Amino acid sequence: MTGTIVEFDRVGLRYGTGAEVLRDLEFRLAQGAFYFLTGPSGAGKTSLLKLLYLAQRPTRGRMTLFGEELTGAPREALPAFRRRIGVVFQDFRLIRHLSAFDNVALPLRIGGASEEEVEGPVREMLAWVGLADRASARPPTLSGGEQQRVAIARAVIGRPELLIADEPTGNVDAAMAERILHLLTAMNRLGTTVIVATHDLGLVAATPGAQLVRLEKGVLVDPTGALKHPPGAPPRAGEARR
Amino acid sequence: MSYLLVSEPERRLIPSSGVRGPVPLLIAIMTFVMVVVAAAGLALANTASVVRSGVEHRYSIQIVDGAARAPAAIAAARAAPGVALVEQVPEEDLRRTLERWLGPAGAEADLPIPAIIDVALRPGADPATVKSAVERAVPGARFIAHRASLEPLLEALTGLTRLAFGLVLLIALASAAAVVLAARAALDTHRATIEVMHGIGATDRQVARLFVRQIALDALLGGVAGAAVAGFIIALILGGAGLAATLAGAPLLGWSDALLLALLPILVALLATLVARAALLRALNDRL
Repeated sequence: MTGTIVEFDRVGLRYGTGAEVLRDLEFRLAQGAFYFLTGPSGAGKTSLLKLLYLAQRPTRGRMTLFGEELTGAPREALPAFRRRIGVVFQDFRLIRHLSAFDNVALPLRIGGASEEEVEGPVREMLAWVGLADRASARPPTLSGGEQQRVAIARAVIGRPELLIADEPTGNVDAAMAERILHLLTAMNRLGTTVIVATHDLGLVAATPGAQLVRLEKGVLVDPTGALKHPPGAPPRAGEARR
Repeated sequence: MSYLLVSEPERRLIPSSGVRGPVPLLIAIMTFVMVVVAAAGLALANTASVVRSGVEHRYSIQIVDGAARAPAAIAAARAAPGVALVEQVPEEDLRRTLERWLGPAGAEADLPIPAIIDVALRPGADPATVKSAVERAVPGARFIAHRASLEPLLEALTGLTRLAFGLVLLIALASAAAVVLAARAALDTHRATIEVMHGIGATDRQVARLFVRQIALDALLGGVAGAAVAGFIIALILGGAGLAATLAGAPLLGWSDALLLALLPILVALLATLVARAALLRALNDRL
């Protein structure tokens, strides 16, 4: 863990003219760490993840990602940042008419890789998630767990610096949940910062060294203080570690 | 051009059936109408040109009730500079013409008829000089440009030609609007795929490229089909319009016109491609 990968400074988010769903978020996430984002339904977890994977912009405050201030960044600048982020959506968001191979290959192809550069890594990644023999299957013919693993393979194929997973074990049994967690921790060991939104506190307990970020009603609840000043990230000027 | 070069894996992202819809048929109909109207406009322009060149430098000297003074007028005209031809219209011809309008009364000898003298000037000759020479020699003689008589017809032909080309532009605009709607509909149909692509880091250009190629192919397919049907119908009409062509003194449509009409579907496809690209990039820009 060498630095800060994400920094929020009094960030707020509202949709349209509605009330703020996220208020005054102020935190930093350390590079290479493993975070769980928890909180009750409607707390704003998915909204926070949307900010992190740049599907939404904050309506106020300042957001820094990979050391770059992104709040006022031009729209054209965002794809380059998105390519450094891997996302596992709760509903997988696989492209239904593409094979598992093509779904996993998508980030590489979008990044401009040639077909020769795509073939090997995608086969390897599908084998890593245990789907080597399902490469040509389309998502509707895959089970929920298989779809989840294709989604994970797609999220990590580009070796992202930041991996975000929204309820990655929400639709799978305990054994599959353990396997998915294993995949995520393996990515974390390779240096990827991992943020997992989950309701499953068992998952949190099963991940030694992971830190907890808790949201309630759109604000950060931080009883441990680890959130504001995660290990490896020094306190900001003028702030004392609680 | 890079918008038309899409790899096989990229093509799989957007199934062609999802873009196609009514676009080829719509473009075919639009191109059909466009080619027919453009052909009509070109034929009218050619006819106007033939008529104009036929009466260019042609004049008539009209001497009311003064056939006896015609020789003086002819002599004065022949002596004027730049005159190529002076020829009196025979009285029988005039009476025959009158007979068509007045019946047998037109042929009666006691019906006074004017003397009409055709004059052709060489290119660059000054008609005012000839006019004043004739009027000096025969007071009361009228020196009339043929073009002045045909001006209303020429103006009507020019107006119709402009109308035809205006209609071609309007149809092109309507085609462009149809392409814009088709492009937006395609974006809506594939919203989920586009969101995934954007989320993974695809640029707007990468997304737009997937649709532009298909729309360009659809427009070319529809355009060529519409133009082919229009060409067949025009050929049939021109086959039956031999008399009109003979009267006009030239074919209603020349090879250059045919080439221009053949280029129309390609221009339509090009227009569709550019419009689709602009519409897609604009629509994508409204998303995050």
